[in-house]
Amino acid sequence: MAAEVAGTISRAARREAEEPHSLVARFDADRPLSLDCGVDLSPFQIAYQTYGTLNEERSNAILLCHALTGDQHVFNTHPVTGKPGWWTTMVGPGKPIDTDRFFVICSNVIGGCMGSTGPASTNPATGRPYGLDFPVVTIRDMVRAQAMLVDHLGIEKLFCVAGGSMGGMQVLQWVASYPERVFSALPIATGAKHSAQNIAFHEVGRQAIMADPDWHHGRYLDQDTIPRKGLAVARMAAHITYLSEPALQRKFGRNYQDRDRPTFTFDADFQVESYLRHQGSSFVERFDANSYLYVTRAMDYFDLGDDFGGVLGEAFRDAKTHFCVVSFTSDWLFPTADSRAIVHALNASGARVSFVEIATDKGHDAFLLNEPELIATTGGFLSAAARAHGLPEKDT
Amino acid sequence: MTDLIRADHKLVADMVEPGSRVLDVGCGDGSLLHLLTATRQVDGRGIEISQSGVNASVAQGLAVVQGDADADLIDYPDDAFDYVILSQTLQATRRPREVMEHLLRIGRRAIVSFPNFGHWSVRRQLFFKGRMPVTETLPVSWYDTPNIHFCTIRDFVDLCHDMGTRIERAVALDAAGEPVRVNAPWWFWNLFGQQAVFLLSRPD
Repeated sequence: MAAEVAGTISRAARREAEEPHSLVARFDADRPLSLDCGVDLSPFQIAYQTYGTLNEERSNAILLCHALTGDQHVFNTHPVTGKPGWWTTMVGPGKPIDTDRFFVICSNVIGGCMGSTGPASTNPATGRPYGLDFPVVTIRDMVRAQAMLVDHLGIEKLFCVAGGSMGGMQVLQWVASYPERVFSALPIATGAKHSAQNIAFHEVGRQAIMADPDWHHGRYLDQDTIPRKGLAVARMAAHITYLSEPALQRKFGRNYQDRDRPTFTFDADFQVESYLRHQGSSFVERFDANSYLYVTRAMDYFDLGDDFGGVLGEAFRDAKTHFCVVSFTSDWLFPTADSRAIVHALNASGARVSFVEIATDKGHDAFLLNEPELIATTGGFLSAAARAHGLPEKDT
Repeated sequence: MTDLIRADHKLVADMVEPGSRVLDVGCGDGSLLHLLTATRQVDGRGIEISQSGVNASVAQGLAVVQGDADADLIDYPDDAFDYVILSQTLQATRRPREVMEHLLRIGRRAIVSFPNFGHWSVRRQLFFKGRMPVTETLPVSWYDTPNIHFCTIRDFVDLCHDMGTRIERAVALDAAGEPVRVNAPWWFWNLFGQQAVFLLSRPD
């Protein structure tokens, strides 16, 4: 029974890849997406959500960039899982990203699986899912596609681009690619390049997927199956990196799951094992395994300084953008040192930058959680930036 | 106390040319940066160690990074600012001389204010009570104080001479926040100045 329900959810997820419960911007042959790998992707589509109202001057738009396994469903109920959006702590009426005040846009990244063109989309040349025939995309490609969407919406300049983790990489890339189009930038728990350790973790995940016989060299959708085990293991390994030892200790410790002594088997005796297994098995119902390969690859390739002759400061040269960089003390995936490197480069280029390191034991995932200092700092930053941008004060 | 700090901020503001680029090291809640932005139209940046200070600053729209004068000044490029301000922070740094050197590397000029440990009330407590002074401007006991490198006005002048730093202007404020007589000798300032503000520049 449980397997049947799970199958139903994953079929719903598969439908989302082509016919999403979202707004969709379609770009035909006359407007291809020129990718870093040299391929012109065409036709392609971008699935997106918006919240709030665009003002007459079109000056109050905030673009949110989602993380690796996130999507465009920031503030609404997720169409596949039925759960709340991923950033309800930060987005909504009266929240820092105030939907009463700002027009909030979030789009699924190119290469994703929630309605923007990716490996689960139908390849028009074959009539079958792209699978590994989908070209490898980069963070810069994701941002190019977002810029085309923003053009499509008739918005010249974004009031703010914000995001955490991979979303933060896109924020940095936005300022580097389109400095005049970003008034303020809020990169959270991110880095200007993906570290060797992070690439290593991603490689473990990819190898787990590819080692699953149900992966079928990427053609699993043709076989009406999904590499459940491999994708679940990838998710389990990655999930550990989003937490911290103190948080795991506090939440699970060495507690047993529904038993008071070990079973002397390989069952999930420990709560932490049971938790991870649940994370893995629920993830596979909503996320496409090939998308996981492509999006992790995009993060691995990200090295913004390298695009500018090894000098990260050059990426932000003459940027007038107001920056607020945020890190978390217990984040070991994108440690504070990564944020400091960004701040250092911004200072060197004379940019206008604020930086705060927030004390928490919740690890990398803290950016998704209700962290009072995160809410306070970003709320203050955005209000002040809104004043500087000439947006009217909120009616109270 | 607040009046005193305001007097010191006002003095600093008077030393800053309008429209210049300013870095405030140890900017606290951003009140001096705010004053400089409002009255001198500076393009200001700040460094502050406390999260509450950074939050208060960022919420006002100031560009402030969380950091430490001892550790983070090294990351700032040469000549990045017209003025680097160290307001009531020198005595809390681990290596004051290195910090001073960074100030004048990063900025063409530096403005440094500090509490004067040579003030008569400090001397009186040491002399008569034989105890580390606890005063209105230095209210914390020795074992709790973040102030680990106190100096007197004369000590500071000696350091400037040692470093070859030019003292362009110096003002001492008495306990009432009023400037001590301008043409008084250093010993007089050192006795009656509760705090001092120095405008410094690099040696020629």
